[in-house]
Amino acid sequence: MKYMLLIWNRPGFVEELSEADRNAIFGEVDDIMKRLTESGELVGGEALAHPSQTRTARTGAAGVEITDGPFVESKEQFAGYLMVDCETPERAAEIAANWPDVRRGFGVLEVRPVMDQAGTEM
Amino acid sequence: MTSPVVEDLLRTLAPQVLGVLVRRHGQFYACEDAVQEALLAAATQWPEQGVPDHPRSWLVTVATRRLTDEWRSERARRDREVAVAVREPAYAAVAPAADEEPPSADDTLKLLFLCCHPALTGSAQVALTLRAVGGLSTAEIARAYLMPEATMSQRIRRAKQRIEAAGARFALPSAADRDERLRAVLHVLYLVFNEGYTASSGGELHRTELTGEAIRLARELHRLLPDDGEVTGLLALMLLTDAHRAARTGPGGELVRLAEQDRTRWDRSEIEEGIALVTEALTWSPPGPYQVQAAIAAVHAEAPSATETDWPQIVALYRVLARIAPNPMVTLNQAAAVAMVDGPRAGLALLAPLASDDRTAGHHRLAAVRAHLLEIAGDRDEAREAYLAAARATTSLPEQRYLEVRAARLAAER
Repeated sequence: MKYMLLIWNRPGFVEELSEADRNAIFGEVDDIMKRLTESGELVGGEALAHPSQTRTARTGAAGVEITDGPFVESKEQFAGYLMVDCETPERAAEIAANWPDVRRGFGVLEVRPVMDQAGTEM
Repeated sequence: MTSPVVEDLLRTLAPQVLGVLVRRHGQFYACEDAVQEALLAAATQWPEQGVPDHPRSWLVTVATRRLTDEWRSERARRDREVAVAVREPAYAAVAPAADEEPPSADDTLKLLFLCCHPALTGSAQVALTLRAVGGLSTAEIARAYLMPEATMSQRIRRAKQRIEAAGARFALPSAADRDERLRAVLHVLYLVFNEGYTASSGGELHRTELTGEAIRLARELHRLLPDDGEVTGLLALMLLTDAHRAARTGPGGELVRLAEQDRTRWDRSEIEEGIALVTEALTWSPPGPYQVQAAIAAVHAEAPSATETDWPQIVALYRVLARIAPNPMVTLNQAAAVAMVDGPRAGLALLAPLASDDRTAGHHRLAAVRAHLLEIAGDRDEAREAYLAAARATTSLPEQRYLEVRAARLAAER
């Protein structure tokens, strides 16, 4: 079963970190990615650019308009995702719980099942 | 692109060739890689240059050469020596091996038991079985499971490492383990079948091939173990389920439920074969879960319509299934059948305890069956709520679409 792990964190938190902490975090991410690759669970993942680079398309009074800035105004912003294929939902949650943003309190991870194209007779 | 004839031939030969290599050299890990490379070489060369006179010997020879190449380069790495590259003659020039031996039926069985080893997770068993026994390439398996090739490749590599680490041997399991190990093999084939039994059309063609592959492997297993009732039962169940293929989706790819399918579009030859298999097996084998499920599918297959179905017979079979393989999912299906005999309220009463069972509470299938029974009972509002609850809980797009349509119809007809 495929799960998307959505990473939400406070933009710019990395800027406030010491170099040692920053390196430690990147090291942890590398380590997790390496282990997920070795276990054959990693399907994909991307990090997104800073929210200031976002444009949002929506319907306004004058029809469709495109504005600068993210859709959700919140302290935490969507920062990237991991896609994993796991045996159980518990395993997907375990991967999320080990992500450095969660362990160090910089952000949260949402674990969401990915819809399947297959279906059974109802 | 490989021609279908070559592809079929390669898939049939794959486990035979791997069996020969593992018997000669041991080292399942390295042999499996070598056979995979030989299959790829054949898939590109044979369609152009023609199939060799002795295709199996050709594959054994090429795979063995890959294996010795690998050993040589490994030794070279170990010794830190400069390897003297001895180029072999072109593969097309390979002569039939003098020691041509008939394929051993046990080889395929041993491979199946090895690939479905208990040290592996379900998804690893599936991937390895498709590659080592089914002869599919990693790329094909990855496409079928909508996964990057690198992920699938790593999953297979890790599965092979696990098997080696577990000390698994290329041998038939002991009499004490045999039944349990065979159940694992059947379960893997069943998983492959269900993965391919998809409702969508168009872009998902690679997945529907999995259904065919599962039937092919079940057929092969049945040929090797004709005296096992459950192997027969699984093959029958697959055939009787696959027979609905043309009828179970509508023109827009939407799911059509069993009761509403155009039964003239069911595949009669698959139905006849499935019925014959399960009917015969039940005369000599103690009934197992696959046989009973196949028997239920057979009763459906024999009915000209949903209303003319022998529902009391289906209820009786579910009672047998609930006894030999107790499981809340069986109760769920049993309730749907009971509703057809004793009315929807009787079915709903059977469902009630499942709402507090951890295995089914919140499961979309419980909500879907409840919705259906409530609809028959005339509780339209409750039925609509239950359809929507099921639609929210499913992770299958075609199922979600079906459930949302049922809910919308109830809203529109108010």
